[in-house]
Amino acid sequence: MAFLTLKNVSKVFGNTTAVEDFNLEVEKGEFVSFLGPSGCGKTTTLRMIAGFELPTSGIITLDGEDITYKSPNQRNVGMVFQSYALFPNLTIGQNIGFGLQVRKMPKEEMEKRIDEMLSIVHLEAHKNKYPHQLSGGQQQRIALARALAINPRVLLLDEPLSALDAKIRVELRLEIRRIQQEMGITTIYVTHDQEEALLISDRIVVMSQGLIEQVGTPDKIYNYPSNEFVAQFVGQLNLLPITDVDLENGKCLLAGQEVRFEHTPGRIISESPRLAIRPEELQIGTGEGRNALKGRVESALFLGAVVRLRVDIGGVFLSADFFNERSRTLPHSGDEVVISFPEYSCWVM
Amino acid sequence: MSKNNSFLTDQKRDARKARPSSNSWRKWIGVVPFFIFALLFILLPSVNILAGAFRTNAGRFTLANFAGLFEPSILSAYWVTIKISLTTALVGGLLGFLMAYSVTVGKLPKAVRNMLMTFSGVASNFAGVPLAFAFIATLGRTGLITLILKNVLKLNLYALGFNLYSFWGLSLTYLFFQFPLMVLIITPALDGLKKEWSEAAENLGATRSLYWRKVALPILTPSILGAIILLFGNSFGAYATAYSLTGGFINLITIVVGSQIKGDILYNPGLGYALAVGMVIVMAVMMAIYYYLRRKSERWLPR
Repeated sequence: MAFLTLKNVSKVFGNTTAVEDFNLEVEKGEFVSFLGPSGCGKTTTLRMIAGFELPTSGIITLDGEDITYKSPNQRNVGMVFQSYALFPNLTIGQNIGFGLQVRKMPKEEMEKRIDEMLSIVHLEAHKNKYPHQLSGGQQQRIALARALAINPRVLLLDEPLSALDAKIRVELRLEIRRIQQEMGITTIYVTHDQEEALLISDRIVVMSQGLIEQVGTPDKIYNYPSNEFVAQFVGQLNLLPITDVDLENGKCLLAGQEVRFEHTPGRIISESPRLAIRPEELQIGTGEGRNALKGRVESALFLGAVVRLRVDIGGVFLSADFFNERSRTLPHSGDEVVISFPEYSCWVM
Repeated sequence: MSKNNSFLTDQKRDARKARPSSNSWRKWIGVVPFFIFALLFILLPSVNILAGAFRTNAGRFTLANFAGLFEPSILSAYWVTIKISLTTALVGGLLGFLMAYSVTVGKLPKAVRNMLMTFSGVASNFAGVPLAFAFIATLGRTGLITLILKNVLKLNLYALGFNLYSFWGLSLTYLFFQFPLMVLIITPALDGLKKEWSEAAENLGATRSLYWRKVALPILTPSILGAIILLFGNSFGAYATAYSLTGGFINLITIVVGSQIKGDILYNPGLGYALAVGMVIVMAVMMAIYYYLRRKSERWLPR
């Protein structure tokens, strides 16, 4: 039996269904991210696990125990908030020790645990400071230490990095993953940042409008998105209008040029089918066994490590990403180019 | 190199010229009325009171006015005024806090909050003769509520010991403007309590009362102390309400000051001024206590 399970969980606020028929099983020690746009129900689901919201229907179990209607202070789950939520009137040490004090841990043992937590987040020197004396990134580390200090059964993180600047975010997400792996703690992480989710998760739950769109490992979600929403939300995607679709032989026409694709039986095709292909799968020039499309460069954007071309294929525009290499001369606006890609890299949806 | 430096210097000079000076005298225009009022109605009268406290009626220097402050009737007036001010500040503060709590953290409907805030805005400024009359008309010996209680519920307030023209009657009257003032001051502070703080505490295993004891109340303490001192001062300086309600029956220091300055029988402006200086000292002591407690309670605030 899974460590944390959500079975047919729904949450309705007035006339709005925030979460609908949510089913998930999380194994002990697993890192699962809830990924989706604002308002998709990911935070509501997390808050139901924490006990701050009660499900309208469904069951939540943790380590075999039904916690659906248990009050938040009896669940023993740790939560890290987007705004850190450190108590401003308490020192860093007192913040970390708050949950331990509630549990009436002996003072000596408590101090030891606080020091241990501070060393895990590398902030030993800040024990007697107040939260306002720390930077945003440091405050969030303390929030993490405070949540972990109580030895929670599950760690819940609600967009913990979204209030931080880009550089700190990159550092801290790796640190969160390191600590999670060191402690082996079951973790649910809410984010709208697909890069973050792909980087640190064992599995990702992609959500939209209260529903689960897909659950899978990061590579599965990225390489084999189950529908258009997932394909477009996770990473960049070209969705190109096509005609004369022959699913049986894996052929179609894109702006009058033939394209071959791999079709997975059972994949749902919309009424106006489109060819899906990631920009990084494209290559300038032809290649053996590859689809080749003739077009004209409309624009070339230099993004540092990557150069993004916008290519006009007979009135259909696609984006193509290439690594920036000093030795390579990249095409300019107006240049005629041939863009190629293998048939296994594209699919029809 | 030197050319480059001079170019930079020129640039800096130009930048200074281009930016309007932040020390312009124009920005002071808005606060001129404040300084005029402060000078005419606070500073000059204060100096006049202080100087008057050291003068006899004939204008000669004396310390007799300050010696008069230690007469038993005057000490008693100070004590009664401090007692009534403390009582109404603490009770009004508590009532106001509970009401503000109900409409903020307690999540009562927004309409109730709007009603309470509007009432508080009006009631906190409702004092003096109209307030005294309102209480006489409702809770006086023949007041509306007194009669309703007596005739309908057979509850004779005055037979039970209540008296509007007593310490507790006056305190009750003062509370009418004290608790609304507390509501107005403390509501924004309660609004400032972040929901995440209570959720974080609960998530760490704390009960609601533990969260209030360890987190919310310590955070609110500076605001509560500030509000209480304001309520104390509001009551300590009240004159018209007490005079209209009791006609000098209760020996408040403001009434004693009034009778010394404009009275026919007790006319002794020098003593009146000394009494006023004594009031300033009492308020200064209260402010010093407040300042000490506030410093202790807000160690965690950024400086």
